[in-house]
Amino acid sequence: MDEIKDRLLKPSKATHEDQRGKFISYLSIGLIAVLVISILVFITIHGLAMFTQNGMKISDFLFKTDWNPGKKLIGALPMIVTSFGVTLLSALIATPFAIAVALFMTEFAPKRGAKFLQVIIELLVGIPSVIYGLIGLAIVVPAVRTIYGGTGFGILAGAIVLFVMVLPTITSLTVDSLKAVPRHYRQASLALGATRWQTIYKVILRAATPGILTAVVFGMARAFGEALAVQMVIGNAAMLPQNLTSPSATLTSQLTMGIGNTIMGTLPNNALWSLALLLLIMSLVFNLVVKLIARKGRIK
Amino acid sequence: MNAKRSDHLATGLIYTFVAIVVLILFGLIGYILVSGVPHLSWHFLTTPSKAFAAGGGIRDQLFNSLYLLILTLIISFPIALGAGIYLAEYAPDNWVTSVMRTAIEVLSSLPSVVVGLFGYLLFVIQFQMGFSILAGAIALTFFNLPLLTRNIETSLSAVPNLQREAGIALGLSSWKTTTGIILPAAVPGILTGVILSAGRVFGEAAALIYTAGQSAPVLNYGNWNAFDPNSFLNPLRPAETLAVHIWKVNAEGIVPDIDAVSNGTAAVLIIVILIFNISARMLGNRLYNKLTSSK
Amino acid sequence: MDTFIAPTNLELAIETKNLEVIYGDNQAVFDSSLEFPRHKITAIIGASGSGKSTYLRSLNRMHDKSVTVNGQIIYRSVDINQPKINEYEVRKQIGMVFQRPNPFAKSIRNNITFALKKNGITDSRVLEERIETSLKEAALWDEVKDDLDKSALELSGGQQQRLCIARSLSLRPDILLMDEPASALDPISTEKVEATMRKLRKDYTIIIVTHNMQQASRVSDYTAFFHQGRVIEFNRTQDVFQTPHVKMTEDYISGNFG
Repeated sequence: MDEIKDRLLKPSKATHEDQRGKFISYLSIGLIAVLVISILVFITIHGLAMFTQNGMKISDFLFKTDWNPGKKLIGALPMIVTSFGVTLLSALIATPFAIAVALFMTEFAPKRGAKFLQVIIELLVGIPSVIYGLIGLAIVVPAVRTIYGGTGFGILAGAIVLFVMVLPTITSLTVDSLKAVPRHYRQASLALGATRWQTIYKVILRAATPGILTAVVFGMARAFGEALAVQMVIGNAAMLPQNLTSPSATLTSQLTMGIGNTIMGTLPNNALWSLALLLLIMSLVFNLVVKLIARKGRIK
Repeated sequence: MNAKRSDHLATGLIYTFVAIVVLILFGLIGYILVSGVPHLSWHFLTTPSKAFAAGGGIRDQLFNSLYLLILTLIISFPIALGAGIYLAEYAPDNWVTSVMRTAIEVLSSLPSVVVGLFGYLLFVIQFQMGFSILAGAIALTFFNLPLLTRNIETSLSAVPNLQREAGIALGLSSWKTTTGIILPAAVPGILTGVILSAGRVFGEAAALIYTAGQSAPVLNYGNWNAFDPNSFLNPLRPAETLAVHIWKVNAEGIVPDIDAVSNGTAAVLIIVILIFNISARMLGNRLYNKLTSSK
Repeated sequence: MDTFIAPTNLELAIETKNLEVIYGDNQAVFDSSLEFPRHKITAIIGASGSGKSTYLRSLNRMHDKSVTVNGQIIYRSVDINQPKINEYEVRKQIGMVFQRPNPFAKSIRNNITFALKKNGITDSRVLEERIETSLKEAALWDEVKDDLDKSALELSGGQQQRLCIARSLSLRPDILLMDEPASALDPISTEKVEATMRKLRKDYTIIIVTHNMQQASRVSDYTAFFHQGRVIEFNRTQDVFQTPHVKMTEDYISGNFG
């Protein structure tokens, strides 16, 4: 009997297993944290090099429109404008579609229809971005050219391609937020004699607004960071876009095209890292906006 | 306009929008298959690509894509598993955990081109790996980790708490309870997630252009010495994948038969990804049934 | 508050001294001192929210780190409510059966052998012997002996619960804690579980939490009545039910509240 008493007082195999297990899992999560921090630090250091080492002015970078770092012209405004242009336009087109599909899945056909559309959405997510770019090149650009003239490359073509790419993101998050609206809201509204559309419009969509906004911001974050699909249809001319169908360049497309043709440590290379830093900052901003919306939604 | 009419109008509008979305998807996949499949042949799949002439195949790109995928999963799965177990089983409810969660969210929302550039900076330049499969696999790991971690966490958390209590009450450590009871019960969910993430990794290009590189040196498939530069197993050689190949052929526009090469490659890419998607669904269901019913 | 706690004058399996359990700002159990005689069945009764389950779960250290347990739990003359005590060994000696059956998603055989194997028992003859005796003790052997490789999830609720009992018994514990083991079962399964308990009394000390007073009076030798986190009365079961000393116990038993 003393043997059992003894065992109660001593650590056993299980104690060591737990320590080892904790160590392994803490190490893994720690590794991810270190990784994220080093990405932030590295990109920030290189992104600031142009201002700290080459003595360029941040205001020139953000507000001037001539981009030719080889000749010390570092105005990134054309890329900034184009990036925001394609992002906003694609979100603008995608949101009504996303809301319609989400409503269909939650309010109109919650069983088989929802299952079918779920598959469609997952397949859309699964299609690689180069394929979207390829189709943009083969179908969207010629179509824009035929309808509006010009080369067909530009913000409009980019936005159309991005619209399809961000659609699944916005849709699935919108579905989540519609599902979160309590059942009794619907029943109460329908019991008061409201039609289905009145219920959707006045009750459900109102209640789900913070969630839908979050969905749109997530979609915009994806659009803003997308590189290859946009690069293939945007035209790649670092000029301020004249209209929606003039060739231009986004932050991502400029980066993709340029980084291989410059030498580390030179001004043209540092200028590209500054573009990368701008992308990083915007991605953090989108994250922050999502957090703010969530906080506001909770307080209400 | 009265309420009834606007109700009908809105319903019609919603159905139209839904139909358009469905058409877009079928159009996309249909277009790729129709324009790509005619170019597919055994010859196309088994010849190396050509940089300037017509008639090139995708043998090396296809192999590179698969090799890169396997390497990426080998690196990312253990880390994601550890991190997922931390979040689902150990994470105390405090600021450290919330910082970790934010870190994972930030990583998942970073543009893949930024992740790729970080890989380029650190591995290709700083560690002097050069354009290599290994650098590409590490970059893809960065991009894959948040997705996989979250998937593993959700799958583990979905196992009822009663199972944890049963294990603990038998005097087992939490670690043994997690690895021996909770993890096996979560396998169907985890496997589905792994296959879906494999599809994403397989099609990713932006993170690879400046890590695994854009060239496909001629490989010797008989050379099993992984340290030999022309061995197909060498992880330190540059490796263009299918997705990067499509991008490069279109961006450079040198090959005379751009359409044949890029549409054919796109068809292969889509078919592989469709297979991933369908098998993830079927395997998940079957494993689930197997675990919960007889034998 | 008026309380009555009878001394048992018997050999004890486990006892608590001034035990209290605190969740954050919420105290669930106050100053509870109870004795559990060896090889007897003690029932803990009380309304829901009376702290009876919380009390039970502290006996084998099932509360996680976020819960504070103060006071002493004396088992084999050791206070097992100390940080330095090996909680895994405690749980091997003091097994637990839960409110809802929770077999692992494994075969019947592996449900029983899993913990044994992890504790270093690998000899297949010993394992087979443990499977058979544990299932017999839990009165399940005759029903499952021909398909031990069947998934445990295919068993009926009552069978699953007896499998969980067998699983606990396979580790040869001293004490078995049962947290409302029959509340999720139908009357026939309940009767089987109760019959199993009566048989087990010969070799094990059983502490059962139940809100079902008939069940407590049917199976137990001693009964403790909890109210709002405190022990109100503890005595031999027939005394508690027939001649309660405290007014509140009498009210509860006669169905005036709870």
